[in-house]
Amino acid sequence: MISLDGIRKAYGTRPVLDGVSLALLPGRVTALVGPNGSGKTTLIKLILGLARTDAGRILMDGMPIDEEGRYRARIGYAPQAPRFPENLSVGEVFGMLRALRPGAATDESLLDAFGLRNEWATPVGKLSGGWRQKLSAAAAFLFVPDLLILDEPTAGLDPIAAGLLKAEIRAARADGRTILITSHILSELEELADDVAFLCDGRLRFGGPVATLLAETGMRRLEPAIAALLRGLRVEDGGARAVSVAQGCA
Amino acid sequence: MNALTLVLKSGIRDLARNRWLLAYGIILALVAEALFFFGGTGGQVVLSLLNATLLLVPLVALVFGTMHVYASREYVELLLAQPLPRTAVFAGLYLGLALPLTGAFVAGVGLPLLVHSFGADAPRGALLYLVLGGAFLTAAFAALAMIIALRTDDRLRGMAVALGAWFLLTIGYDGAMLAVISAFGDWPLERPLLALMLGNPVDVTRVLVLTSLDASALLGYTGAVFRRAFGTALGPVVAITALSVWCAIPVLFARRRFLRRDF
Repeated sequence: MISLDGIRKAYGTRPVLDGVSLALLPGRVTALVGPNGSGKTTLIKLILGLARTDAGRILMDGMPIDEEGRYRARIGYAPQAPRFPENLSVGEVFGMLRALRPGAATDESLLDAFGLRNEWATPVGKLSGGWRQKLSAAAAFLFVPDLLILDEPTAGLDPIAAGLLKAEIRAARADGRTILITSHILSELEELADDVAFLCDGRLRFGGPVATLLAETGMRRLEPAIAALLRGLRVEDGGARAVSVAQGCA
Repeated sequence: MNALTLVLKSGIRDLARNRWLLAYGIILALVAEALFFFGGTGGQVVLSLLNATLLLVPLVALVFGTMHVYASREYVELLLAQPLPRTAVFAGLYLGLALPLTGAFVAGVGLPLLVHSFGADAPRGALLYLVLGGAFLTAAFAALAMIIALRTDDRLRGMAVALGAWFLLTIGYDGAMLAVISAFGDWPLERPLLALMLGNPVDVTRVLVLTSLDASALLGYTGAVFRRAFGTALGPVVAITALSVWCAIPVLFARRRFLRRDF
């Protein structure tokens, strides 16, 4: 559904993404992983049109994304550090969001599940970090988007809210929607991810199904497999040796 | 409702409840009311308020505006992730900052002046120009604040640049003008001085109000020159046109930066 073809991006003279090609498939959750500064956030911003590529193409259903951003009507985005106007109430924020996409189908189940309606009149500035994260996640799912981009979506959420959100992600996958998720909580990715895109130094070192990654790293679970990629090592016969340069991130 | 209106409406709603902005309006109103209360006549109050306006309005618009744009960065990213054109987000963001700031100034200074402007000796023209000049200054400096915050990612550096711009345009520029006058005192400086004056919105506002008050003698020889140039009906038109240009150019620069910037 979304494909990136040879994406390059530099900030000034510092390259951030270098020839990244990746396909995000419908009905699958892709975990975008990599160490700090590997280019994950930049990749997300390029897909959203918040930043522009230096080279390469981003295609949605085979069509290049447009400058005017109409394609974003099909995207739901939950940023890592959500911020809304501090003096607007939760209800006013949702009222504005709904008005931005008039006529679009909405799914307000997360609003109810998170109990956000109880905070309808509360100014955003008086919400805790966890509540703001709930607000952001509910906003991302609001328009039943074809593509969900979730940047550390469970950071700051209590276990119950995190469980509700993960259930919503699974339901979206079952609906055939495309989901891109970043998280530093590897156990969470283990629960959700079908595919892994591993970035290091701006390059895609691995992109493919979880099963392939497990086979290539010799691990049984995703968490140690990603950890091994991060360390640039893989454990074999009780010892550690470097994985191929193409995969490692040491 | 279109995208611009929605973004603008949310921006106005947010800042209308901002306690700092409310405090700004209330302080201006208290100062104006106190000046009248302690026996000032219309002209004296306008002169006192003019001095306060020329220093305070650029400072508040620059500092508050820069901080507001920095604080809105993540929200702007969220808006840009919606199916909205960047131009609409920019216009909503700028107007959502400039209109509440202007509203606080107009309400804070304008309402007390309106209440006290019914007397026979009330300098209604100067009162009007003071409110108008303050509104233009707010709009121009809010746009400068946007340029600074959009060009400088480091918030501390951005605030330093904002304070530097305030110092340069409210104090430094006049110092430079005085230096020019003193260095080239023997030369006919009328036209260069007029041109220099038009290069700073703070000076344009000052001259606009002073010449309408018949207080241009306070400016000495330069005042006489300004009185000759601005004392006619054309003077305010030129000054207001200059202030409009001073609003439009920073807004265009800020818009250009916003449209090209990576967030």
